[in-house]
Amino acid sequence: MIRLEGLSLDFGYPDHPVGRGVTIALAAGEIVCLLGPNGGGKSTLFRTLLGLLPAQGGEVRVGGDPLGSLSRAAVAKRVSYVPQAHAGYFPFTVRDVVLMGRTAHLSPFAAPSRHDAEIADACLARLGLSGLADHVYTRISGGERQLALIARALAQEAPLVVMDEPTASLDFGNQVRVLAEVRALAASGIGVMMATHDPDQAFLCADRVALLHGGRLVADAPPRDAITPATLREVYGVDAAVVDVPLPDGGSRRVCIPAQGR
Amino acid sequence: MTARTAWVAAGALAALAVAVALAFAVGRYPVAPGDLGAILWSKVSGTPSGVAPTVEAIVWSVRGPRIGAALAVGAALAAAGAAYQSLFRNPLVSPDILGVSGGAAVGAVLGIFLALPILAIQGLAFAFGLVAVAMLKVLADPYNQLPAITFWLLGSLAGAAPADLASALPAIAIGLVPLWLLRWRVNLLSLGDEEARAMGVETTRVRLAVIASATLMTAAAVSISGIIGWIGLVIPHFARLAVGPDFSRLMPVSAILGAAFLLLVDTLARTTARIEIPLGVLTAFVGTPLFLWQLVRSRRSWQ
Repeated sequence: MIRLEGLSLDFGYPDHPVGRGVTIALAAGEIVCLLGPNGGGKSTLFRTLLGLLPAQGGEVRVGGDPLGSLSRAAVAKRVSYVPQAHAGYFPFTVRDVVLMGRTAHLSPFAAPSRHDAEIADACLARLGLSGLADHVYTRISGGERQLALIARALAQEAPLVVMDEPTASLDFGNQVRVLAEVRALAASGIGVMMATHDPDQAFLCADRVALLHGGRLVADAPPRDAITPATLREVYGVDAAVVDVPLPDGGSRRVCIPAQGR
Repeated sequence: MTARTAWVAAGALAALAVAVALAFAVGRYPVAPGDLGAILWSKVSGTPSGVAPTVEAIVWSVRGPRIGAALAVGAALAAAGAAYQSLFRNPLVSPDILGVSGGAAVGAVLGIFLALPILAIQGLAFAFGLVAVAMLKVLADPYNQLPAITFWLLGSLAGAAPADLASALPAIAIGLVPLWLLRWRVNLLSLGDEEARAMGVETTRVRLAVIASATLMTAAAVSISGIIGWIGLVIPHFARLAVGPDFSRLMPVSAILGAAFLLLVDTLARTTARIEIPLGVLTAFVGTPLFLWQLVRSRRSWQ
């Protein structure tokens, strides 16, 4: 089974180290949530794992191969990246944006073929975006853009996906929708590593939670073990209750309730 | 000084004062003319101005320097242009047309690249600007070559001979081929480096190839027509409006529109007046309003 591994990673910049000695892994079919405070280095860690930023120490391996030994296209066939949705500069259609995910599968001088367009359309359909295919990407809503970027990652057909705060700046409904898609990806065998600000999302979908604090991994465990009043106080400096809430369907879900601000 | 000169000078100074007052008064933190006067007076007299310290800080540290820079650059370019025009006996000469701006920019870019202090950057810009103008003034025969060079720098196809075309066409074709081959990857470059690399594009290599191709084509064009402004700015905007941003459509449509536009302009250039009008003048005449219209339009869509 393919894995993305960071081994004793030092990451950041030569004159500005961000994190040290982080060992973290993602396997196909699992969801790993990366939690940590603002400015804690989540994005920098992701960029290092994707090879967009050179590691300052340690090594990143994907499918057993060191990242540096692979071409960008070879990396892109194994790991795709869903950045935080931004409006973009040029008015590409949603279909064009999703088609761009096919680039790693094209020879350097080729444009996407009909076959690629069919894959892109299938990915749009899978995320319920077929009706938006010909809309202009810069004019759809933030939630739709985030879903379109997930469709683009799907079109890339990589077994592993790294998502940088895919629910940031989304409303409640779109957050739930994006998380449902993340779970559907994992159910179809894709591994998802996702940064989030909301510990409740980890209870909702994660198999494992990695807690990044002060540039070090302070926990890497199932959500119930990683997210406790003690770790929340340590990482966020907040007193919170972690309780199980009964759900209408008879099950229950664990949530975090901050004690401050009353 | 004649009365007329005095009136014009007074009017220009009044316009300058209004422009300065307006520049201070509009923007995120408006500074009223009264406050501005009080701040300036307190600097002269050494007494407190009675104006809020933030306003004073804006005047001295934020807007003041910017307005000063605008005044200095505008005055310098206009004065230099006036000097060049006198020197070259040609009212259509300006620093950018003579290549002085270009030469100075090369020097400044080099200085910034080498992380030199501001004085050294200015020195390099000056040196390169001098080299550019020296090549014209010192090396060129002022009665034969100089008029030809200035006319060429304004852009003209009047001198295009079959041999020029024969040498420029292959270079343009050689530039077009990689742009066409990389058409899909250029789209990804427009997303930004990190996203493009995460999707499997070797951005450094692709960017180098695109810059080299575009520069080769530009150089081949400039070597037969001189500097013709605006086409490279305005035409792609309109092509994008017409066919969208996908480079595999944008590039061919831009090329076709550009060819048609320049042909029309060149036809105008050689038919409308007794003397041939420089192309750069005509494209600016057409291009500036079109560009402003585009700018207003796109600003509206950002809001």
